[in-house]
Amino acid sequence: MSTDTDPSQGFADEIVRKDNAENRRVRRGLFGCAAITVLTTVAIFVVLIDNAFGFFFDVRLYEATLQGGATQQITFTEYFTGARWAPSHSTPDFGILPLINGTLMVTVGAAFVSIPIGTATAIYLSEYARPEVRSKLKPALEVLAGVPTIVYGFFAISFITPIFIRPFFELFGVRASFFNALAAIIVVGIMTIPMVASISEDAMQAVPDDLRNGAYALGASRHEVSMGVVLPASISGVFASYILAISRAIGETMAVTLAMGAQPRMSLSPLVEMMTMTSFMVSRARGESAVGSIDYQSLFAVGLTLFVMTLAANLLNDYIKRRYREVYQ
Amino acid sequence: MSSQEQTQSNAELEIETEIQSERSDRETRADEPVLEVRELDVHYGDERALQPVNADIPEKKVTAIIGPSGCGKSTFLRCVNRMNDQIDVCSVGGELYFHGKNVYDDDVDPVALRRKIGQVFQRPNPFPKSIYDNVAYGLRIQGKTDDLDTRVERALRRAALWSEVEDRLDESALDLSGGQQQRLCIARAIAPDPEVLLMDEPASALDPIATAKVEDLIEDLAENYTVVIVTHNMQQAARISDKTAVFLTGGELVEFDDTTTIFENPANQAVEDYITGKFG
Repeated sequence: MSTDTDPSQGFADEIVRKDNAENRRVRRGLFGCAAITVLTTVAIFVVLIDNAFGFFFDVRLYEATLQGGATQQITFTEYFTGARWAPSHSTPDFGILPLINGTLMVTVGAAFVSIPIGTATAIYLSEYARPEVRSKLKPALEVLAGVPTIVYGFFAISFITPIFIRPFFELFGVRASFFNALAAIIVVGIMTIPMVASISEDAMQAVPDDLRNGAYALGASRHEVSMGVVLPASISGVFASYILAISRAIGETMAVTLAMGAQPRMSLSPLVEMMTMTSFMVSRARGESAVGSIDYQSLFAVGLTLFVMTLAANLLNDYIKRRYREVYQ
Repeated sequence: MSSQEQTQSNAELEIETEIQSERSDRETRADEPVLEVRELDVHYGDERALQPVNADIPEKKVTAIIGPSGCGKSTFLRCVNRMNDQIDVCSVGGELYFHGKNVYDDDVDPVALRRKIGQVFQRPNPFPKSIYDNVAYGLRIQGKTDDLDTRVERALRRAALWSEVEDRLDESALDLSGGQQQRLCIARAIAPDPEVLLMDEPASALDPIATAKVEDLIEDLAENYTVVIVTHNMQQAARISDKTAVFLTGGELVEFDDTTTIFENPANQAVEDYITGKFG
């Protein structure tokens, strides 16, 4: 046989897969980066569970597993139904309801601010505003979303409470506390307007113009098109923005700590000082409580509760997106 | 006969008489075109999309608008019900009279105008609502909510869709096939009883069977409505229309005459070339 290279052989070589070491290294590097995120989440969850177990039982979870038993020191009934939260008091109580009360107060109240204003803003931007107005307003809105939350906290205690809330309620002879839930509700509401407005507007922009034209051609006014066609057609995205805003409000920390104070209290009055789960965690995480003490471990129990609440909100968000999504041709 | 039935039949009688008197009204001015177009031109920004157009569109006839892509057919159609208002850069000059009233007069409300002049679009665009609510949408916003069920059924029957959807009116309109969706859109457009129906290539997104159904439907619709239909399908124009307008490149209306004249003996050489396929 001759040693001449066979031309057909050369062609076949070109399409045969080569063992590419560089390709594999890049692939592994990228996988590593992705894995860091997942591993961190898993690690956080494990630490939360382990320490929260230590709060309810006398030993940590891993110790209990090794020893094969644990005695419960704080019952779930006390934790979930107790109405007094005083972990470092001489007669401690561990009822989380006052903290949940504070958190829900802010979350629900803020939703009453952000959902109507945010939705109206989205409808204005998407259906009414001229293009040049929209191109200026939308970035401005997103700047509002970029303001650090502690600044909102300052805004609450230096402006909203002294200049707006207290003089207003003074007129009716009602005294509002310097730290109060209403200020927190207002700032968290304002803080989450851009999220509702921006995501809802994106959803409305995704509604095909064919639908708008169909309605306009039937003699619908702009208002009828916005409310009767665009809003229903974008409802899954609009709901998603509500849930995201709500889960942001649940987890909001610095603004509420500053505006609302740090007094765990069962109350429905928005004018008194209260404490949210997050504010409690800020106050306790400063390092004054000894590691391993029940005071310290309560931090993790509250953290786990918060984690479950925001996780539930995110799952609900996913469900709604899938349930109400319309497929257009 | 119960009193309720009697009232109903009285109401029917009244509607009948009303329709008849309306008909005789229309017959007396049968020669009058429903739409008179005078020197109508359109610019998108600096670009001219339509050369000055003059045309008289007859009542209760099918008028087809044909021409190559980008010749201004759809632009012209959108002028009639002022859907061009939605486009910021679009400016319209000249006059377009609907029953003798220039629709570009300052005191004309485009919303009210569109209640008289319905439109069916190129791609089916049902709302993400039930079949029933789609047809009822125009009726509801126009306040024609008495006998809603009857009106919805009548529109669906006229659009030749009733038998296919009568037992699933509550299902989403998006679950219908493309051809059914387009007939639903036609039902939606005719439900509030407009006088003129504009159709922008209503069959271009449909398969041949659905197209045949829509074409049959258009011929039936001409008994009650003035139909203006844009199509790029010359055979379709020849089959269904009474009058044909031919637009050629540059947004110019080159010839407007009876369909038989246009297809058998056009006056303009360019039109003949286009019809016989020598153009473009």
